[in-house]
Amino acid sequence: MSETLLFALELTVSGLLVGLMYSLVALGFVLIYKASGVFNFAQGDMTFLAALALASFVVKIPLWISLIIVLAIMLILAMAIERIVLKPLVARPPLVLFMATIGVAFFLQGLAQGIWGTQPRGLELGVVDQTYEVAGMFISNMDILGAVVAGLLVILLVWFFQKTKTGRALRAVSDDHEAALAVGIPLRKAWGITWAIAGIVAIVAGALWGSRVGVQASLALLALKALPVLIIGGIDSIPGAIIGGLIIGAAENLAEGLIGPAVGGGIKNFFPYLLALIVLTVRPYGLFGREIIERV
Amino acid sequence: MFYRETGVLKTTYAKDMELFPIPLDKVGFGVAMVLAFLVIPLVSSHYMLVSIFIPFLVFSLAALGLNILTGYAGQLSLGHAGFMAVGAYATVVMYNRYDVPIPVALLGSGIITAAVGSVFGLPSLRIKGFYLAVSTLAAQLIIEWVITHVKWISGGVYSTIDIKALELLGWQIDTAAEKYYFALIFVVIMAFFAKNVVRSRIGRAWMSIRDMDVASEIIGISQFRYKMLAFAVSSFYAGVAGGLLVAFYYGSANIEEFHLLVSFQILGMVIIGGMGSVLGSFLGAAFIVLLPIFINLGISFVNHRIVDLSKVFTLDLMANTENMIFGALIIFFLAVEPFGLARLWNTIKDYLRLWPFPY
Amino acid sequence: MPDGIGRPLLKVNNVYVSFGALQALLGVSLEINPGEIFAIIGPNGAGKTTLINVISGVYHPSPGEVFFEGKERTFMPPHHVASLGIARTFQNVALFKGMTTLDNLMVGRHLQMRSGLFSSGVYWGWGQKEEIAHRAVVEDVIDFLEIEAIRKIPAGMLPYGLQKRVELGRALAAEPKLLLLDEPMAGMNLEEKEDIARFILDANEERGTTICLIEHDMGVVMDISDRILVLDYGRKIAEGTPDEIRSNPEVIKAYLGAHGKK
Repeated sequence: MSETLLFALELTVSGLLVGLMYSLVALGFVLIYKASGVFNFAQGDMTFLAALALASFVVKIPLWISLIIVLAIMLILAMAIERIVLKPLVARPPLVLFMATIGVAFFLQGLAQGIWGTQPRGLELGVVDQTYEVAGMFISNMDILGAVVAGLLVILLVWFFQKTKTGRALRAVSDDHEAALAVGIPLRKAWGITWAIAGIVAIVAGALWGSRVGVQASLALLALKALPVLIIGGIDSIPGAIIGGLIIGAAENLAEGLIGPAVGGGIKNFFPYLLALIVLTVRPYGLFGREIIERV
Repeated sequence: MFYRETGVLKTTYAKDMELFPIPLDKVGFGVAMVLAFLVIPLVSSHYMLVSIFIPFLVFSLAALGLNILTGYAGQLSLGHAGFMAVGAYATVVMYNRYDVPIPVALLGSGIITAAVGSVFGLPSLRIKGFYLAVSTLAAQLIIEWVITHVKWISGGVYSTIDIKALELLGWQIDTAAEKYYFALIFVVIMAFFAKNVVRSRIGRAWMSIRDMDVASEIIGISQFRYKMLAFAVSSFYAGVAGGLLVAFYYGSANIEEFHLLVSFQILGMVIIGGMGSVLGSFLGAAFIVLLPIFINLGISFVNHRIVDLSKVFTLDLMANTENMIFGALIIFFLAVEPFGLARLWNTIKDYLRLWPFPY
Repeated sequence: MPDGIGRPLLKVNNVYVSFGALQALLGVSLEINPGEIFAIIGPNGAGKTTLINVISGVYHPSPGEVFFEGKERTFMPPHHVASLGIARTFQNVALFKGMTTLDNLMVGRHLQMRSGLFSSGVYWGWGQKEEIAHRAVVEDVIDFLEIEAIRKIPAGMLPYGLQKRVELGRALAAEPKLLLLDEPMAGMNLEEKEDIARFILDANEERGTTICLIEHDMGVVMDISDRILVLDYGRKIAEGTPDEIRSNPEVIKAYLGAHGKK
């Protein structure tokens, strides 16, 4: 294998593993969008809050208790958002709801840093970081753990939405709010559950991501990378979120590694967005999204 | 009683279509102008002019630009700080290197920014809402990268250029009051222009796109043309605001001042001030510029008079109150008063109209 | 006479439209003559609104052709169609809800106005002159439709019946050659229907507007239309004067007959 090819392969693999993290955040976006039609800009800050809370508990108490406490926090948060933000904004244009979640994002970031401080923290999950050599490439066991956990989460979510009664109710809500109400699905309860699930996804993403890169406010910004993922995958597609995340992760890493040196570096920050813009011009609803047909 | 509408009868369409059809509004506007042009520069301290009134004026202009796009044409942008950065660096480059007179440099920066904004507005033809928000976010990040990486623009990685001493036809613009007047004149003229645009043919075309794009297309309004025009005009305002910010407030162009968070702050001004209102852009900018000052005053007041907050709350919590309050205010206004402070103002006027006999 | 006389204003020739597997229109042709009131009727799902959408350029037929004033305009985007002088209303009210009644009507005159960014922004002078001239035209329509009292109320706050009327006003403000009305009386009570019928007749007689309307109320359609086209399952099953339609066995079978059985 030639040097460049091996380098490109290595970039791709490490990119895919990072991409999985993007997928996890994107998954949170997709879940909320599917159930409530809200594009939740605060998903990144929910991830940050979960990671920061976990990081500050885990140094004092065992991991499993910390996880339960953080879970409780996210559930309370989901209920509070449903009651304080979504309920008064029912039936308002999607743009307004989107802007409201920007408000939520600012609030959560302030809250998280207000309680647990602005200092960057490390997050130890008790897994010793080891690197293995596979076919000439180096892969860390943290990455593999991340991949396994993310995979399990996706399988769990798909099972939940396809096979359980609650899951089916949520899918009905996502298809048509009024029709769901008409057959007796309590809309607000459905929204609460969805936000709670998105909170759980935020915990998983926050834990994995925090343990890789540390916990600091930029985590929320990094989570914005989930937005181009959504454009590529389609905002209402769970498999789209996963595949989109992998594409973005690999593509940005390849771009940075191969094109970056020629143009002065730092293109990782915006390359996913550029990619998203290109996809938008070809397929305005993403690779896997549903096209919305407007009727007059 | 005080604010009278009854009895004000118009006999011509010209009278009915005046900017301020109600006499008291005319008086109110006159008072505001006298305050802005005479009272404020005379009574304000250097500190007040430099750190409150000048940023207020400039951010009003930026908010007005975003309001044209979001409040009138219904297209969301999360890249307005990026557009301001384009204007900021364009102004510095033109003024420093090519000795373009500062008013010309500012307008030129507006035109350059309008061109950049239109390019990033192109996707708005096919996409809406969140998708558009993401593509404007892309604008923000791409602009940041280009400015920091193209040496010709920014002079390298730190990307800070000081602007030369301000001078126009031999007149040294160096006192705070002179800078204030300069910014004020720009802002007043551009606000008038914007108000006239939004209340006539083009503004109506924008609002029709905002309210129902399908019907607007069928009436004969080219979505492409008017969306592009909205992006261009909106970016023009952002670009001039960016140039003013550098020339009369910061004194240097620094990419850190045009971070993504600034885009959100401007959006916050529009939401809190009132979407689809020129007045609201000013109210929202005033609110956001004053917010940190009031929070600090509030904290120190409580500290001194009531209870030492540092014993009750952590320092971290107090340092982060601004973010929390900003976020909470956005949610509050969207939920309770979607037309923002501008609507509150109208409510007060409605109350005064009937006072003291509210029936 | 060089042209115009005896030539149809609008000609739709053998139009097909399908949405995936659903065939909405199957080879429909029609001609609307200048100055007439032309009605399209048919059971729900017959393709009436689709036909209106083809005429106003929202959908493009494949295959099929549309001619307006003798010129082909099959594939024009809607805003070009509007510029030829075709205005329409919608089955579900499509007003600009955040704008006042007056502004809604003024938007209707968009294509007749010329002000660009600078004349609008400077306003004094040419911009103001144009605004006032067109305001006068719009006030005529306001007067005609008797909606003076709601001039400055946001359209979204008006009751349904008035919204329908404002929407009609917005289309009339454009002074179209051809006015397409998609169920202008849906959901109205008898009195409101009478009002709208009177406005339609007046617009046709006084303003000389050619009108093409979809309506379910047979009484109204038979009363005001010059000619009627009947659609069923995307096909034209009859066309003619109200009397001919009333006695057409196909129509009675496919349309009126279905109602007659109950």
